Amino acid sequence: MSITLQGFRRTADSGTSQRTAIEETRTDKIFLIGVKIMLWIALILVALPLVYIVANSFSSPSAVSAGQVLLWPVEPSIRAYQEAFSDPLIMKGYLNSFIYAIGGTLISVTLTIAIAYPLSRRTFFGRNVIMSVLIFTMLFSGGLIPTYLVVQDLGMLNTRWAMVIPSAIGVWQVIIARTFFRSTIPEELYEAATIDGASDLRFLWSIVLPLSKPVIAVIALMYAIFQWNSYFDALIYLKDPSLYPLQIVLRNVLILNQFGGTGSQNLAQQLEQQQLANVLKYALIVISSLPVLIIYPFVARHFTKGVMVGAVKG
Amino acid sequence: MSATFEVKPAPAAPAPPAGPTVRKPPRTSRRTQAGRSLRRHWQLYLLVVVPLAYFVIFKYVPITNAVIAFKNYSPIKGPWGSDWVGFRNFELFFQNPVFWTLVKNTLLLSVYTVLASFPIPIILAIALNEIRNGRFKKIVQLVTYAPYFISTVVVVSMTILVLSPRLGFVNDAIGLFGVPAVDFLGRPDYFRHIYVWSDVWQTTGYSAVIYLAALSGIDPALHESARIDGASRLQRIRHVDLPGIMPTAVIILVLGVGNIMSIGFEKAFLLQNPLNTAQSEIIATYVYKTGLLNADFSMATAIGLFNSVINLFLLLGVNFAAKRITGNGLWS
Repeated sequence: MSITLQGFRRTADSGTSQRTAIEETRTDKIFLIGVKIMLWIALILVALPLVYIVANSFSSPSAVSAGQVLLWPVEPSIRAYQEAFSDPLIMKGYLNSFIYAIGGTLISVTLTIAIAYPLSRRTFFGRNVIMSVLIFTMLFSGGLIPTYLVVQDLGMLNTRWAMVIPSAIGVWQVIIARTFFRSTIPEELYEAATIDGASDLRFLWSIVLPLSKPVIAVIALMYAIFQWNSYFDALIYLKDPSLYPLQIVLRNVLILNQFGGTGSQNLAQQLEQQQLANVLKYALIVISSLPVLIIYPFVARHFTKGVMVGAVKG
Repeated sequence: MSATFEVKPAPAAPAPPAGPTVRKPPRTSRRTQAGRSLRRHWQLYLLVVVPLAYFVIFKYVPITNAVIAFKNYSPIKGPWGSDWVGFRNFELFFQNPVFWTLVKNTLLLSVYTVLASFPIPIILAIALNEIRNGRFKKIVQLVTYAPYFISTVVVVSMTILVLSPRLGFVNDAIGLFGVPAVDFLGRPDYFRHIYVWSDVWQTTGYSAVIYLAALSGIDPALHESARIDGASRLQRIRHVDLPGIMPTAVIILVLGVGNIMSIGFEKAFLLQNPLNTAQSEIIATYVYKTGLLNADFSMATAIGLFNSVINLFLLLGVNFAAKRITGNGLWS
């Protein structure tokens, strides 16, 4: 096909493939403009709330309470951030979230590889049965209470383990890792390693894992972000506030409005407290999303790959 | 896509064990094959033990625990020792006046979510696919993708803040047109719209990635020949792109419909307030309240089981229909 089109190819756009010299018709040009306008609208609709939150978080409490802020900070101030970072409850939540995210990710990635790798090997007997056993759990579950009973029986209630163990392995991540192993590690490589005397574990450790850094990064990021954002497990399994992850603290402050404000204040103080609470909400949203936002540009690229690996026929 | 959901009955013919040693002819029974594989690859089987134990303990034991839906659960006697009550919990639930409200709220919310969040990512992906210059496309993708990484708690609180009658910009905006401020979250009839559109806001960019992958898999020759035949952009989208992403779209739709009863608990729960429960109380939030707040474990399990079973049947039914109509299903 490309040969027939070669002669038509416009010289100017050497870089862009697929654009051939068959003239864009007028309707096509209009259509393309329509598409661009649509994408601009989508861009603005998604970005607007984000910009609004950030702008508010950097404004003065009184400006926020008066509803003056739209897209740019009014009377710029970092008062809310100072307040947030000096609040022991919020900082404790932050620390807990880091513990759960890092610990949980280590456990999850290890277990996921431990099951995904054997399932990718053709010589592993019963891999289809095991895969069905895994996938069935995506379709049907015992439900909230029966799971809660298991966690209770294991004595995990109100411990840090409850945050990382019951949600340790995601079937989707197993599928992604298995697909990757199967499509990138050739069987010949294994045969060669066996001749050199490598055992299965040795092969996994010295050859498969170093070759699989991209997929390990993808599933690690998926687990880490899942852990960082998870809130429901904490809600049902944890009672002790010193174990709470950031998301629970956030919910208490942001949605249930439980912040500061002791009863013995005069009216002016109460008003100031209320104004501060308003702007603090915006700052908290930014602070809690910060770690994710920092790694986001890096994450997005790999995530895209991961989604595609999972979506491609394996 | 489809092959990622291989639940085919195991085609019992793993390749003969690779290796330099003597190759036995492949016509051995499954049992001896298994034995040989186990002896040779015991390390692989060892690796699987802990993850499999995880699935047994945290996924399959709960399924057996669900027996308490048919019992009067007593914490002392345990799930298996408690007394049987048959279908009493189910009957009580069906007779409960709240039953129909719950089913209606859950179904409406789910159907609405599926209907809204199915076509929009496809439109976004096709639009992005039409733009061939780099930067603008990248920016749009990066920005629309971003909300997916924000936690549910934060998305919900953003929604609340943005829609707030006193602080939010939505009320400022409609105020410009002379519309008085509305307490969106205090009105039950707005709940579904808020739920669904904040969901669309959060997930569209992410879902579009899957369709972009499918679009990039379409043979460029198809587009080129369509162009030579004089097809406009719109015609190429209709006759090349859409058929090309059809299989992916069917899978996503089937999964979406299959999840129809298990609509996100977290978000509904977080968006809920005493004023909007008339439409925001769904089966999942009710299970949480019955089970963990009122400690009625048996009843909550029965309701949860009812939900899961309906969900499973919906998934199987839709998958069957999709396979009949389009030839694509989860297990193709």
